[in-house]
Amino acid sequence: MSFLTLEGIEAYYGPSQALFGVDLALGEGEVCALMGRNGMGKSSTIKVICRLLDHARGSLRFDGQDLASLPPHKAARAGLGLVPEGRRCFPNLSVYENLIAAARPGPWDFARVSDLFPRLAERRDQSAASLSGGEQQMLSLGRALMTNPRLLLLDEATEGLAPVVRQEIWAAVRRLKSETGMALLVVDKSLAELRQVADQCVILERGTTVWSGPMAEVTSTVADQYLGV
Amino acid sequence: MIREPHINTALFLLLPVTAGVAWLLDEPFIITLTTKVAILALAGVGLNIALGLGGLVSLGHAAFFGIGGYAMGILASHAQSYVPLMEVPFLIEGTKSMPVIWLVAVIAGGLAALAIGALSLRTSGVYFIMITLAFGQMLYYFAISWPAYGGEDGLSIYVRNGFPGLNTLDPVQFFGLAFAALAFVLFLAGRLAAAPFGLALCAARQNAERVETVGLSPYRLRLLAFVISGAITALAGALFADLNRFVSPTMLSWQMSGEIMIFVILGGVGRLYGPVAGAALFILLEHILGGLSDFWHIYLGLLLLLVVLFARGGMIGSLVRRELAHD
Repeated sequence: MSFLTLEGIEAYYGPSQALFGVDLALGEGEVCALMGRNGMGKSSTIKVICRLLDHARGSLRFDGQDLASLPPHKAARAGLGLVPEGRRCFPNLSVYENLIAAARPGPWDFARVSDLFPRLAERRDQSAASLSGGEQQMLSLGRALMTNPRLLLLDEATEGLAPVVRQEIWAAVRRLKSETGMALLVVDKSLAELRQVADQCVILERGTTVWSGPMAEVTSTVADQYLGV
Repeated sequence: MIREPHINTALFLLLPVTAGVAWLLDEPFIITLTTKVAILALAGVGLNIALGLGGLVSLGHAAFFGIGGYAMGILASHAQSYVPLMEVPFLIEGTKSMPVIWLVAVIAGGLAALAIGALSLRTSGVYFIMITLAFGQMLYYFAISWPAYGGEDGLSIYVRNGFPGLNTLDPVQFFGLAFAALAFVLFLAGRLAAAPFGLALCAARQNAERVETVGLSPYRLRLLAFVISGAITALAGALFADLNRFVSPTMLSWQMSGEIMIFVILGGVGRLYGPVAGAALFILLEHILGGLSDFWHIYLGLLLLLVVLFARGGMIGSLVRRELAHD
Protein backbone atom coordinates (compact mmCIF):
# COMPACT_ATOMS: atom_id res chain seq x y z
CA MET A 1 0.00 0.00 0.00
CA SER A 2 1.32 3.43 -0.92
CA PHE A 3 2.28 6.01 1.64
CA LEU A 4 0.68 8.82 -0.38
CA THR A 5 -2.03 8.10 -2.92
CA LEU A 6 -3.85 10.47 -5.22
CA GLU A 7 -6.52 8.98 -7.44
CA GLY A 8 -8.43 10.94 -10.04
CA ILE A 9 -7.92 14.28 -8.31
CA GLU A 10 -9.87 17.15 -9.83
CA ALA A 11 -9.63 20.67 -8.44
CA TYR A 12 -10.81 24.16 -9.29
CA TYR A 13 -9.84 27.77 -8.66
CA GLY A 14 -13.29 29.27 -8.55
CA PRO A 15 -14.93 28.29 -11.83
CA SER A 16 -11.61 27.39 -13.53
CA GLN A 17 -10.62 23.76 -13.43
CA ALA A 18 -6.91 23.29 -12.75
CA LEU A 19 -6.65 19.54 -12.19
CA PHE A 20 -8.54 17.08 -14.37
CA GLY A 21 -7.42 13.76 -12.98
CA VAL A 22 -4.13 13.49 -11.15
CA ASP A 23 -2.97 10.04 -10.09
CA LEU A 24 0.11 9.60 -7.98
CA ALA A 25 1.41 6.89 -5.67
CA LEU A 26 4.43 7.29 -3.43
CA GLY A 27 5.86 4.56 -1.21
CA GLU A 28 7.37 5.12 2.24
CA GLY A 29 10.93 6.38 1.97
CA GLU A 30 10.61 6.89 -1.77
CA VAL A 31 11.52 10.02 -3.68
CA CYS A 32 9.10 10.99 -6.41
CA ALA A 33 9.68 13.68 -9.01
CA LEU A 34 6.56 15.57 -10.07
CA MET A 35 7.26 17.05 -13.47
CA GLY A 36 5.55 18.90 -16.26
CA ARG A 37 5.76 22.11 -18.22
CA ASN A 38 4.70 25.42 -16.66
CA GLY A 39 1.01 25.66 -15.80
CA MET A 40 0.37 21.92 -16.00
CA GLY A 41 -0.84 21.61 -12.40
CA LYS A 42 2.25 20.67 -10.37
CA SER A 43 1.85 23.39 -7.73
CA SER A 44 -1.90 22.88 -7.67
CA THR A 45 -1.30 19.20 -6.94
CA ILE A 46 1.02 20.15 -4.06
CA LYS A 47 -1.65 22.53 -2.75
CA VAL A 48 -4.26 19.78 -2.90
CA ILE A 49 -1.99 17.40 -0.97
CA CYS A 50 -1.39 20.06 1.71
CA ARG A 51 -5.12 20.85 1.79
CA LEU A 52 -4.54 24.44 0.71
CA LEU A 53 -6.78 23.73 -2.27
CA ASP A 54 -9.91 21.60 -1.95
CA HIS A 55 -10.32 18.87 -4.50
CA ALA A 56 -13.74 18.44 -6.02
CA ARG A 57 -13.38 14.80 -6.95
CA GLY A 58 -10.95 11.97 -6.39
CA SER A 59 -9.28 10.36 -3.43
CA LEU A 60 -6.38 11.69 -1.35
CA ARG A 61 -4.85 9.38 1.25
CA PHE A 62 -1.71 9.69 3.33
CA ASP A 63 -0.48 6.79 5.42
CA GLY A 64 -3.91 5.20 5.20
CA GLN A 65 -5.68 8.36 6.36
CA ASP A 66 -8.16 10.23 4.19
CA LEU A 67 -6.93 13.82 4.09
CA ALA A 68 -10.02 15.18 2.38
CA SER A 69 -11.73 16.40 5.53
CA LEU A 70 -8.65 17.79 7.26
CA PRO A 71 -7.81 21.50 7.47
CA PRO A 72 -4.26 22.38 6.32
CA HIS A 73 -2.77 22.51 9.81
CA LYS A 74 -4.07 19.05 10.64
CA ALA A 75 -2.73 17.67 7.37
CA ALA A 76 0.66 19.12 8.30
CA ARG A 77 0.40 17.55 11.75
CA ALA A 78 -0.34 14.22 10.10
CA GLY A 79 3.23 14.38 8.78
CA LEU A 80 3.31 16.58 5.70
CA GLY A 81 6.06 19.17 5.43
CA LEU A 82 5.90 21.78 2.69
CA VAL A 83 8.70 23.84 1.22
CA PRO A 84 6.56 26.27 -0.75
CA GLU A 85 7.32 27.90 -4.04
CA GLY A 86 9.02 31.28 -3.74
CA ARG A 87 11.04 30.89 -0.51
CA ARG A 88 8.24 31.87 1.79
CA CYS A 89 9.83 32.47 5.17
CA PHE A 90 8.41 34.72 7.86
CA PRO A 91 10.44 37.76 6.81
CA ASN A 92 10.36 39.70 10.05
CA LEU A 93 11.36 36.87 12.33
CA SER A 94 15.00 35.93 12.76
CA VAL A 95 16.41 32.71 11.33
CA TYR A 96 16.22 31.00 14.71
CA GLU A 97 12.70 32.29 15.37
CA ASN A 98 11.55 31.06 11.96
CA LEU A 99 12.83 27.62 12.85
CA ILE A 100 11.50 27.28 16.39
CA ALA A 101 8.10 28.91 15.77
CA ALA A 102 6.73 25.71 14.30
CA ALA A 103 9.09 23.10 15.73
CA ARG A 104 7.61 19.80 16.79
CA PRO A 105 9.34 17.05 18.77
CA GLY A 106 11.39 14.61 16.73
CA PRO A 107 14.85 13.99 15.35
CA TRP A 108 15.02 17.34 13.55
CA ASP A 109 16.03 20.19 15.81
CA PHE A 110 18.02 23.39 15.39
CA ALA A 111 21.36 21.58 15.76
CA ARG A 112 20.51 19.06 13.05
CA VAL A 113 19.19 21.71 10.67
CA SER A 114 22.36 23.73 11.32
CA ASP A 115 24.40 20.66 10.44
CA LEU A 116 22.52 20.38 7.14
CA PHE A 117 22.78 24.13 6.46
CA PRO A 118 25.69 25.60 8.45
CA ARG A 119 24.91 29.01 6.95
CA LEU A 120 21.68 29.15 8.92
CA ALA A 121 23.58 28.74 12.18
CA GLU A 122 25.91 31.57 11.12
CA ARG A 123 22.91 33.80 10.44
CA ARG A 124 20.95 32.61 13.48
CA ASP A 125 19.94 36.05 14.79
CA GLN A 126 19.63 37.76 11.42
CA SER A 127 16.18 38.70 10.14
CA ALA A 128 14.95 36.30 7.46
CA ALA A 129 14.21 39.24 5.17
CA SER A 130 17.91 40.13 5.11
CA LEU A 131 18.98 36.69 3.84
CA SER A 132 19.93 35.97 0.25
CA GLY A 133 17.48 34.01 -1.88
CA GLY A 134 19.44 30.81 -1.41
CA GLU A 135 19.64 31.25 2.34
CA GLN A 136 15.91 31.92 2.47
CA GLN A 137 15.35 28.69 0.60
CA MET A 138 17.55 26.84 3.07
CA LEU A 139 15.55 28.42 5.87
CA SER A 140 12.30 27.41 4.24
CA LEU A 141 13.57 23.83 3.95
CA GLY A 142 14.90 23.91 7.51
CA ARG A 143 11.58 25.21 8.82
CA ALA A 144 9.73 22.36 7.14
CA LEU A 145 12.20 19.85 8.62
CA MET A 146 11.73 21.32 12.11
CA THR A 147 8.11 20.11 11.96
CA ASN A 148 9.57 16.58 11.69
CA PRO A 149 7.54 15.53 8.66
CA ARG A 150 7.29 12.01 7.29
CA LEU A 151 6.74 13.30 3.78
CA LEU A 152 8.47 16.43 2.56
CA LEU A 153 7.04 18.28 -0.43
CA LEU A 154 9.45 20.57 -2.26
CA ASP A 155 7.76 22.92 -4.70
CA GLU A 156 10.33 24.42 -7.11
CA ALA A 157 12.87 24.60 -4.31
CA THR A 158 15.75 25.61 -6.59
CA GLU A 159 13.91 27.99 -8.89
CA GLY A 160 15.63 31.32 -9.47
CA LEU A 161 18.73 30.42 -7.45
CA ALA A 162 22.36 30.79 -8.49
CA PRO A 163 23.90 27.50 -9.73
CA VAL A 164 26.19 27.21 -6.69
CA VAL A 165 23.28 27.60 -4.30
CA ARG A 166 21.19 25.14 -6.30
CA GLN A 167 23.95 22.60 -5.85
CA GLU A 168 23.82 23.15 -2.09
CA ILE A 169 20.07 22.59 -2.04
CA TRP A 170 20.37 19.44 -4.16
CA ALA A 171 23.18 18.17 -1.93
CA ALA A 172 20.87 18.65 1.06
CA VAL A 173 18.07 16.78 -0.71
CA ARG A 174 20.46 13.91 -1.47
CA ARG A 175 21.51 13.85 2.18
CA LEU A 176 17.89 13.74 3.27
CA LYS A 177 17.33 10.75 1.02
CA SER A 178 20.43 8.84 2.06
CA GLU A 179 20.49 9.66 5.78
CA THR A 180 16.86 9.85 6.79
CA GLY A 181 14.80 7.68 4.49
CA MET A 182 12.18 10.43 4.48
CA ALA A 183 9.67 10.28 1.63
CA LEU A 184 10.07 13.23 -0.74
CA LEU A 185 7.85 14.64 -3.45
CA VAL A 186 9.94 17.01 -5.51
CA VAL A 187 8.65 19.47 -8.08
CA ASP A 188 11.50 20.78 -10.19
CA LYS A 189 12.48 21.38 -13.78
CA SER A 190 16.02 20.03 -13.53
CA LEU A 191 15.79 16.57 -15.03
CA ALA A 192 19.50 15.94 -14.50
CA GLU A 193 19.31 16.58 -10.78
CA LEU A 194 16.06 14.71 -10.37
CA ARG A 195 17.59 11.66 -12.05
CA GLN A 196 20.12 11.55 -9.20
CA VAL A 197 17.61 11.57 -6.35
CA ALA A 198 14.21 10.39 -7.55
CA ASP A 199 13.04 6.77 -7.58
CA GLN A 200 9.73 7.49 -9.30
CA CYS A 201 8.47 10.11 -11.68
CA VAL A 202 5.01 11.45 -12.39
CA ILE A 203 4.46 13.78 -15.33
CA LEU A 204 1.48 16.07 -15.58
CA GLU A 205 0.03 17.65 -18.65
CA ARG A 206 -2.96 19.98 -18.53
CA GLY A 207 -3.81 18.90 -15.01
CA THR A 208 -3.74 15.18 -15.78
CA THR A 209 -1.21 12.47 -15.06
CA VAL A 210 0.09 11.46 -18.47
CA TRP A 211 3.09 9.38 -17.47
CA SER A 212 4.28 7.66 -14.33
CA GLY A 213 6.95 5.11 -13.67
CA PRO A 214 10.48 4.61 -12.40
CA MET A 215 12.77 7.60 -12.87
CA ALA A 216 15.20 5.43 -14.77
CA GLU A 217 12.55 4.96 -17.45
CA VAL A 218 12.24 8.67 -18.15
CA THR A 219 13.98 8.39 -21.47
CA SER A 220 14.83 11.25 -23.77
CA THR A 221 11.75 10.34 -25.79
CA VAL A 222 9.50 10.76 -22.74
CA ALA A 223 11.27 13.97 -21.79
CA ASP A 224 10.92 15.30 -25.34
CA GLN A 225 7.27 14.40 -25.52
CA TYR A 226 6.09 15.76 -22.18
CA LEU A 227 8.71 18.11 -20.87
CA GLY A 228 10.06 19.70 -24.01
CA VAL A 229 13.70 19.12 -23.02
CA MET B 1 21.74 55.50 18.95
CA ILE B 2 19.62 54.58 21.97
CA ARG B 3 18.98 50.86 22.33
CA GLU B 4 15.54 49.58 23.14
CA PRO B 5 16.55 47.65 26.30
CA HIS B 6 17.94 50.91 27.75
CA ILE B 7 14.65 52.69 27.07
CA ASN B 8 12.77 49.78 28.60
CA THR B 9 14.90 49.89 31.74
CA ALA B 10 14.36 53.66 32.01
CA LEU B 11 10.59 53.23 31.57
CA PHE B 12 10.51 50.41 34.10
CA LEU B 13 12.33 52.56 36.67
CA LEU B 14 10.38 55.72 35.84
CA LEU B 15 7.27 54.67 37.74
CA PRO B 16 8.78 53.56 41.08
CA VAL B 17 11.24 56.48 41.03
CA THR B 18 8.38 58.94 40.45
CA ALA B 19 6.29 57.33 43.19
CA GLY B 20 9.31 57.25 45.52
CA VAL B 21 10.13 60.92 44.96
CA ALA B 22 6.46 61.86 45.42
CA TRP B 23 6.41 59.87 48.66
CA LEU B 24 9.50 61.71 49.91
CA LEU B 25 7.92 65.05 48.98
CA ASP B 26 4.62 63.94 50.54
CA GLU B 27 2.66 64.28 47.30
CA PRO B 28 0.05 61.50 47.45
CA PHE B 29 -1.73 62.85 44.35
CA ILE B 30 1.38 62.23 42.25
CA ILE B 31 1.61 58.71 43.67
CA THR B 32 -2.03 58.12 42.69
CA LEU B 33 -1.34 59.44 39.17
CA THR B 34 1.67 57.10 38.91
CA THR B 35 -0.52 54.22 40.09
CA LYS B 36 -3.02 55.12 37.38
CA VAL B 37 -0.22 55.01 34.80
CA ALA B 38 0.84 51.56 36.02
CA ILE B 39 -2.73 50.23 35.85
CA LEU B 40 -3.51 51.70 32.43
CA ALA B 41 -0.15 50.44 31.17
CA LEU B 42 -1.17 47.00 32.42
CA ALA B 43 -4.37 47.22 30.34
CA GLY B 44 -2.24 48.34 27.39
CA VAL B 45 0.15 45.40 27.81
CA GLY B 46 -2.92 43.16 27.69
CA LEU B 47 -4.19 44.73 24.49
CA ASN B 48 -0.69 44.71 23.01
CA ILE B 49 -0.61 40.90 23.10
CA ALA B 50 -3.64 40.81 20.79
CA LEU B 51 -2.83 43.92 18.77
CA GLY B 52 0.96 43.95 18.65
CA LEU B 53 1.70 40.25 18.43
CA GLY B 54 -1.47 38.99 16.80
CA GLY B 55 -2.44 42.01 14.70
CA LEU B 56 -5.95 41.87 16.18
CA VAL B 57 -7.40 45.37 16.20
CA SER B 58 -9.95 44.99 18.97
CA LEU B 59 -12.25 47.90 19.68
CA GLY B 60 -13.94 45.94 22.44
CA HIS B 61 -11.19 45.57 25.00
CA ALA B 62 -13.03 47.89 27.39
CA ALA B 63 -15.41 44.96 27.82
CA PHE B 64 -12.66 43.03 29.62
CA PHE B 65 -11.50 46.14 31.48
CA GLY B 66 -15.07 46.69 32.67
CA ILE B 67 -15.59 43.01 33.52
CA GLY B 68 -12.54 43.23 35.80
CA GLY B 69 -13.95 46.42 37.29
CA TYR B 70 -17.37 44.92 37.88
CA ALA B 71 -15.83 41.73 39.31
CA MET B 72 -14.24 43.94 41.94
CA GLY B 73 -17.34 46.10 42.38
CA ILE B 74 -19.79 43.24 42.72
CA LEU B 75 -17.68 41.15 45.11
CA ALA B 76 -16.73 44.15 47.25
CA SER B 77 -20.28 45.57 47.38
CA HIS B 78 -21.64 42.22 48.61
CA ALA B 79 -18.91 42.03 51.23
CA GLN B 80 -19.69 45.60 52.21
CA SER B 81 -23.43 44.90 52.65
CA TYR B 82 -22.95 41.40 54.12
CA VAL B 83 -25.45 40.09 51.55
CA PRO B 84 -24.29 36.90 49.83
CA LEU B 85 -23.85 36.97 46.08
CA MET B 86 -25.96 33.82 45.84
CA GLU B 87 -27.27 31.19 48.22
CA VAL B 88 -28.73 28.59 45.89
CA PRO B 89 -27.46 26.08 44.80
CA PHE B 90 -24.45 27.00 46.93
CA LEU B 91 -23.44 29.95 49.02
CA ILE B 92 -21.16 32.55 47.43
CA GLU B 93 -20.30 35.53 49.53
CA GLY B 94 -18.65 38.78 48.57
CA THR B 95 -15.04 39.42 49.41
CA LYS B 96 -12.73 42.32 50.09
CA SER B 97 -9.61 40.29 49.44
CA MET B 98 -7.68 41.63 46.45
CA PRO B 99 -6.04 38.30 45.49
CA VAL B 100 -9.47 36.62 45.32
CA ILE B 101 -10.94 39.54 43.37
CA TRP B 102 -8.00 39.50 40.94
CA LEU B 103 -8.42 35.78 40.40
CA VAL B 104 -12.14 36.17 39.72
CA ALA B 105 -11.45 39.13 37.40
CA VAL B 106 -8.81 37.20 35.43
CA ILE B 107 -11.06 34.15 35.08
CA ALA B 108 -14.12 36.23 34.13
CA GLY B 109 -12.11 38.32 31.66
CA GLY B 110 -10.55 35.21 30.15
CA LEU B 111 -13.89 33.46 29.77
CA ALA B 112 -15.50 36.54 28.23
CA ALA B 113 -12.55 36.82 25.82
CA LEU B 114 -12.95 33.14 24.96
CA ALA B 115 -16.62 33.62 24.11
CA ILE B 116 -16.14 36.91 22.24
CA GLY B 117 -12.95 35.74 20.52
CA ALA B 118 -14.44 32.40 19.45
CA LEU B 119 -17.04 34.28 17.42
CA SER B 120 -15.10 37.41 16.43
CA LEU B 121 -12.02 35.58 15.20
CA ARG B 122 -14.04 33.87 12.51
CA THR B 123 -13.94 37.27 10.84
CA SER B 124 -10.99 39.53 10.05
CA GLY B 125 -10.14 43.11 9.18
CA VAL B 126 -12.89 45.67 9.54
CA TYR B 127 -15.45 42.99 10.41
CA PHE B 128 -13.36 41.91 13.38
CA ILE B 129 -13.11 45.53 14.54
CA MET B 130 -16.87 45.98 14.25
CA ILE B 131 -17.82 42.73 15.95
CA THR B 132 -15.53 43.39 18.93
CA LEU B 133 -16.98 46.90 19.13
CA ALA B 134 -20.48 45.44 19.06
CA PHE B 135 -19.73 42.99 21.89
CA GLY B 136 -18.19 45.81 23.94
CA GLN B 137 -21.22 48.02 23.45
CA MET B 138 -23.56 45.14 24.30
CA LEU B 139 -21.89 44.79 27.68
CA TYR B 140 -21.87 48.56 28.12
CA TYR B 141 -25.64 48.82 27.64
CA PHE B 142 -26.15 45.74 29.80
CA ALA B 143 -24.27 47.46 32.66
CA ILE B 144 -26.31 50.64 32.17
CA SER B 145 -29.53 48.69 32.50
CA TRP B 146 -28.43 46.63 35.50
CA PRO B 147 -29.93 48.46 38.50
CA ALA B 148 -28.72 45.88 41.04
CA TYR B 149 -25.19 47.22 40.57
CA GLY B 150 -25.85 50.90 40.12
CA GLY B 151 -26.96 50.99 36.49
CA GLU B 152 -25.82 54.16 34.77
CA ASP B 153 -24.66 55.71 38.08
CA GLY B 154 -22.15 52.99 38.77
CA LEU B 155 -21.16 51.42 42.03
CA SER B 156 -19.15 52.99 44.84
CA ILE B 157 -17.01 50.99 47.25
CA TYR B 158 -16.34 52.83 50.45
CA VAL B 159 -13.20 51.11 51.65
CA ARG B 160 -10.40 49.87 49.41
CA ASN B 161 -10.06 46.10 49.30
CA GLY B 162 -7.33 44.48 51.32
CA PHE B 163 -4.13 42.64 50.50
CA PRO B 164 -2.50 40.43 53.15
CA GLY B 165 0.29 42.28 54.96
CA LEU B 166 -0.31 45.63 53.25
CA ASN B 167 -2.23 48.77 54.04
CA THR B 168 -3.83 49.33 50.66
CA LEU B 169 -5.20 52.72 51.70
CA ASP B 170 -1.63 53.96 51.79
CA PRO B 171 -1.08 55.32 48.23
CA VAL B 172 2.51 54.15 48.03
CA GLN B 173 1.65 50.61 49.14
CA PHE B 174 -1.21 50.43 46.64
CA PHE B 175 1.17 51.73 43.98
CA GLY B 176 3.55 48.91 44.95
CA LEU B 177 0.80 46.37 44.30
CA ALA B 178 -0.15 47.86 40.93
CA PHE B 179 3.50 48.09 39.90
CA ALA B 180 4.18 44.50 40.97
CA ALA B 181 1.24 43.36 38.83
CA LEU B 182 2.58 45.40 35.89
CA ALA B 183 6.12 44.03 36.33
CA PHE B 184 4.83 40.46 36.50
CA VAL B 185 2.70 40.89 33.38
CA LEU B 186 5.55 42.60 31.51
CA PHE B 187 7.78 39.65 32.37
CA LEU B 188 5.08 37.25 31.23
CA ALA B 189 4.42 39.17 27.99
CA GLY B 190 8.16 39.29 27.24
CA ARG B 191 8.48 35.54 27.70
CA LEU B 192 5.36 34.97 25.63
CA ALA B 193 6.66 37.05 22.72
CA ALA B 194 9.92 35.11 22.62
CA ALA B 195 8.30 31.70 23.05
CA PRO B 196 7.30 29.56 20.04
CA PHE B 197 3.68 30.55 20.70
CA GLY B 198 4.44 34.28 20.40
CA LEU B 199 6.61 33.72 17.33
CA ALA B 200 3.92 31.63 15.68
CA LEU B 201 1.38 34.33 16.50
CA CYS B 202 3.59 36.91 14.81
CA ALA B 203 4.06 34.57 11.88
CA ALA B 204 0.28 34.11 11.60
CA ARG B 205 -0.10 37.87 11.42
CA GLN B 206 2.39 37.96 8.53
CA ASN B 207 0.94 35.01 6.64
CA ALA B 208 -1.74 32.74 8.04
CA GLU B 209 -1.57 30.22 5.20
CA ARG B 210 2.13 29.62 5.70
CA VAL B 211 1.52 29.01 9.39
CA GLU B 212 -1.10 26.42 8.53
CA THR B 213 1.37 24.54 6.35
CA VAL B 214 3.67 24.06 9.33
CA GLY B 215 0.89 22.49 11.35
CA LEU B 216 -0.41 25.42 13.38
CA SER B 217 -3.95 26.75 13.42
CA PRO B 218 -3.94 30.57 13.16
CA TYR B 219 -7.45 30.62 14.66
CA ARG B 220 -6.36 28.79 17.80
CA LEU B 221 -3.21 30.87 18.15
CA ARG B 222 -5.24 34.07 17.90
CA LEU B 223 -7.94 32.82 20.23
CA LEU B 224 -5.42 31.92 22.92
CA ALA B 225 -3.75 35.32 22.52
CA PHE B 226 -7.14 37.02 22.76
CA VAL B 227 -7.97 35.11 25.96
CA ILE B 228 -4.63 35.98 27.58
CA SER B 229 -5.08 39.57 26.46
CA GLY B 230 -8.63 39.74 27.87
CA ALA B 231 -7.58 38.22 31.20
CA ILE B 232 -4.74 40.74 31.66
CA THR B 233 -7.01 43.65 30.72
CA ALA B 234 -9.58 42.43 33.26
CA LEU B 235 -6.90 42.37 35.96
CA ALA B 236 -6.13 45.99 35.09
CA GLY B 237 -9.85 46.75 35.32
CA ALA B 238 -10.08 45.28 38.83
CA LEU B 239 -7.10 47.39 39.95
CA PHE B 240 -8.49 50.51 38.27
CA ALA B 241 -11.82 50.09 40.04
CA ASP B 242 -9.98 49.61 43.33
CA LEU B 243 -7.89 52.72 42.69
CA ASN B 244 -11.04 54.82 42.21
CA ARG B 245 -13.17 52.74 44.62
CA PHE B 246 -15.79 53.12 41.94
CA VAL B 247 -16.94 51.21 38.91
CA SER B 248 -19.32 52.43 36.25
CA PRO B 249 -20.39 51.52 32.70
CA THR B 250 -17.84 54.07 31.43
CA MET B 251 -15.19 51.41 32.01
CA LEU B 252 -16.97 49.31 29.37
CA SER B 253 -17.45 52.06 26.81
CA TRP B 254 -15.88 52.14 23.36
CA GLN B 255 -14.09 55.36 24.35
CA MET B 256 -12.22 53.33 26.97
CA SER B 257 -11.28 50.76 24.30
CA GLY B 258 -10.01 53.64 22.18
CA GLU B 259 -7.97 55.04 25.05
CA ILE B 260 -6.27 51.72 25.73
CA MET B 261 -5.46 51.48 22.03
CA ILE B 262 -4.06 55.01 22.10
CA PHE B 263 -1.59 54.02 24.87
CA VAL B 264 -0.37 51.17 22.71
CA ILE B 265 -0.10 53.23 19.51
CA LEU B 266 1.59 56.19 21.21
CA GLY B 267 4.18 53.98 22.88
CA GLY B 268 4.70 51.59 20.00
CA VAL B 269 2.51 48.73 18.80
CA GLY B 270 4.12 45.37 19.51
CA ARG B 271 6.83 46.84 21.71
CA LEU B 272 6.86 45.36 25.17
CA TYR B 273 7.16 48.70 26.96
CA GLY B 274 5.10 50.64 24.41
CA PRO B 275 1.98 50.71 26.61
CA VAL B 276 4.03 51.94 29.59
CA ALA B 277 5.40 54.86 27.55
CA GLY B 278 1.97 55.52 26.02
CA ALA B 279 0.06 55.46 29.31
CA ALA B 280 2.67 57.69 30.98
CA LEU B 281 2.45 60.22 28.16
CA PHE B 282 -1.34 60.08 28.12
CA ILE B 283 -1.66 60.75 31.86
CA LEU B 284 0.99 63.46 31.66
CA LEU B 285 -0.90 65.19 28.84
CA GLU B 286 -4.20 64.75 30.61
CA HIS B 287 -2.74 66.28 33.75
CA ILE B 288 -0.84 69.17 32.15
CA LEU B 289 -3.01 70.03 29.13
CA GLY B 290 -6.22 69.15 30.98
CA GLY B 291 -5.35 71.89 33.45
CA LEU B 292 -4.95 74.41 30.64
CA SER B 293 -7.94 73.57 28.51
CA ASP B 294 -11.06 71.43 28.56
CA PHE B 295 -10.33 70.60 24.93
CA TRP B 296 -6.99 68.91 25.56
CA HIS B 297 -8.11 65.88 23.55
CA ILE B 298 -7.60 68.00 20.41
CA TYR B 299 -3.88 68.13 21.18
CA LEU B 300 -3.87 64.45 21.97
CA GLY B 301 -5.51 63.78 18.61
CA LEU B 302 -2.89 65.88 16.88
CA LEU B 303 -0.11 63.98 18.63
CA LEU B 304 -1.69 60.67 17.68
CA LEU B 305 -1.91 61.82 14.08
CA LEU B 306 1.78 62.74 14.06
CA VAL B 307 2.77 59.42 15.61
CA VAL B 308 0.71 57.42 13.12
CA LEU B 309 2.01 59.44 10.15
CA PHE B 310 5.66 59.89 11.07
CA ALA B 311 6.56 57.51 13.89
CA ARG B 312 4.89 54.22 13.16
CA GLY B 313 6.97 52.47 15.80
CA GLY B 314 5.50 54.89 18.34
CA MET B 315 7.61 56.84 20.81
CA ILE B 316 9.95 53.93 21.44
CA GLY B 317 10.23 53.19 17.73
CA SER B 318 11.21 56.75 16.90
CA LEU B 319 13.81 56.77 19.67
CA VAL B 320 15.49 53.55 18.58
CA ARG B 321 14.90 54.41 14.91
CA ARG B 322 14.37 50.96 13.62
CA GLU B 323 11.38 48.92 12.70
CA LEU B 324 10.35 46.36 15.22
CA ALA B 325 11.55 42.91 14.28
CA HIS B 326 8.06 41.63 14.67
CA ASP B 327 6.32 44.42 12.71
